[in-house]
Amino acid sequence: MKTNRAVRTPGGLSVRLDVRALTVVVLLLVTALTASVVLIGTGDFPIPAADVLRTLVGEGDAGQEFIVTELRLPRVLVGLLVGASLGLGGALFQSISRNPLGSPDVLGLGQGATAGALTMIVLFSGTANQVTLGALVGGLVTGFAIYALAWKRGVHGYRLVLVGIGVSAIVTAVNGYLLTKSDIVDAARAVVWMTGSLDGRDWDQVWPLLALCAVLVPLVLANSRELRMMEMGDDVSYALGVRVERVRLLLMLSAVLLTASATAAAGPVGFVALTAPQLARRLTRSPGPNLTPAMVMGATLLVTADWVSQRAFGADQLPVGVVTGVLGGGYLLWLLVTERRAGRI
Amino acid sequence: MSTDTTAGRGPDHRRSTVNRLSAENVTLAYDQRVIAEQLSVEIPDNSFTVIVGPNACGKSTLLRALSRMLRPSEGRVLLDGQVIQSMPAKKVARTLGLLPQSSIAPDGITVGDLVGRGRYPHQGLLRQWSAEDERVVQESMAHTGVAELAERYVDELSGGQRQRVWIAMALAQQTPLLLLDEPTTYLDIQHQIDVLDLCADLHEEQGRTLVAVLHDLNHAARYATHLIALRAGKVIAQGAPNDIVTADLVEEVFGLRCQVIDDPETGTPLIVPAARRARAAAGDRGTARKVGAAEAS
Repeated sequence: MKTNRAVRTPGGLSVRLDVRALTVVVLLLVTALTASVVLIGTGDFPIPAADVLRTLVGEGDAGQEFIVTELRLPRVLVGLLVGASLGLGGALFQSISRNPLGSPDVLGLGQGATAGALTMIVLFSGTANQVTLGALVGGLVTGFAIYALAWKRGVHGYRLVLVGIGVSAIVTAVNGYLLTKSDIVDAARAVVWMTGSLDGRDWDQVWPLLALCAVLVPLVLANSRELRMMEMGDDVSYALGVRVERVRLLLMLSAVLLTASATAAAGPVGFVALTAPQLARRLTRSPGPNLTPAMVMGATLLVTADWVSQRAFGADQLPVGVVTGVLGGGYLLWLLVTERRAGRI
Repeated sequence: MSTDTTAGRGPDHRRSTVNRLSAENVTLAYDQRVIAEQLSVEIPDNSFTVIVGPNACGKSTLLRALSRMLRPSEGRVLLDGQVIQSMPAKKVARTLGLLPQSSIAPDGITVGDLVGRGRYPHQGLLRQWSAEDERVVQESMAHTGVAELAERYVDELSGGQRQRVWIAMALAQQTPLLLLDEPTTYLDIQHQIDVLDLCADLHEEQGRTLVAVLHDLNHAARYATHLIALRAGKVIAQGAPNDIVTADLVEEVFGLRCQVIDDPETGTPLIVPAARRARAAAGDRGTARKVGAAEAS
């Protein structure tokens, strides 16, 4: 309550603002954009930040312009969009399942997308676009399978998580089988894909992701008040006039689409979907799904991790998925230890 | 409630004689398991109606149907003359509130924030937090005695305080009809009385129609203005507690031999179960068998 402010107009409109959450979002955005500019300047051919900015507004020299707008900008944009999609998708899943572990990583969406990608790589030696398509289909199919299997008079938290873990185990086994069947070249390609990487991403990946986010983000945010009500249980939210099943189906569908397309674009980048909502929540100290902070946190996390992976180990030596995995895994352990102390698990 | 009584119609057809909430010949079932068939219930306007009955008699199921949580497989539930399922969800939520048995307080939520969520049906995308919302939330918290707790976390409260907070949330919904599913369960005796006093206040001072499911027959008889006794999905009796609560009724509904005496405090019926020996010696084999079965289990 304390940090909530209501802005009202004489016409009877009123908007509720959580000042702390707003501050967090602004600071995270600044961080993400700063990291993006630094990241664009990083590489075999370093460019000072001032030149990067000049080039971005169209006043750089031709050589820098090619490097910035054709090579590095799309990669950074894919990073931002993938991070935002994973953060938002994770926040949706965690809120719907009322469980921090109910995120797409744990539920097997990443593994599902991997299965789709591996099928394309191993069985069909597919092109990059076909692999992307395979990953998208794999993620979507897994998402729907989980929803269908967990359905029993509405999807409930633990059921969703347990079904997700079961599905995840099966798909992981399938992935292992596909890997053992592959020859060494395909296997290497598959393993790189499976770690999650932003290497060589260009405008072809940016546009579809941007279009999807442009549709889904407003749709999801327009339903965030309903999602907030649903945290109090189906009965209470239903009694308050929320159409629980409809909202949940819509938001689950959006979350699956966001996660699957992000995974298709960058591979199963580990733990962003799990950690971004939790980190955002601890920063805003606000109950509720924290959708916007989680989304911005995801983007910040991914771009920062990409920068770390390039700086710490030389250009493109370490796929970004490794860094987010290490950061996210460490964070998960910390979360489990503190939650255990709080007596919740 | 309506004043548009058409001249020429007889007094019997006046709409003000029709109660706002009723169930007509409803069949209630979870999947294939039928809980009640052809059940009809009227909730008298401005009453404090209490539904009582043994476990699994369908009282909570009836409450769920009245609050549209459960769609009847046959028959219909009417709210202000309309089938409740056909009405817009938010419109129903501005007329009829429900405090369910199970509710989850989100992690790290404050009392004020939780109570504020009761304003949802009055809000929209562009009307998120009006001065009216603020005022109603303050009033609801004051009325339930949780105003001082506004900044506290719901997790840290005692069971009794928490139940008051949830009631405050339902009050903030500002519905003329309020349904409560076992609001006193899991509370110790002084908090049970506390919650029931609060309900009586809401009924008497604010003129709300209350419907509650209660386990304790003596509480029901003391606080209800209208009692509905259910057994196996059928209404056995309904009316003012003083008119309907008799030893025979209690035996018929609960299978328990008892005496009914006047409550020395309020004059309402007070149920005193027969001593175990008296129940066994009474020679009523049906009851004796039931008692025996209960003891064996």
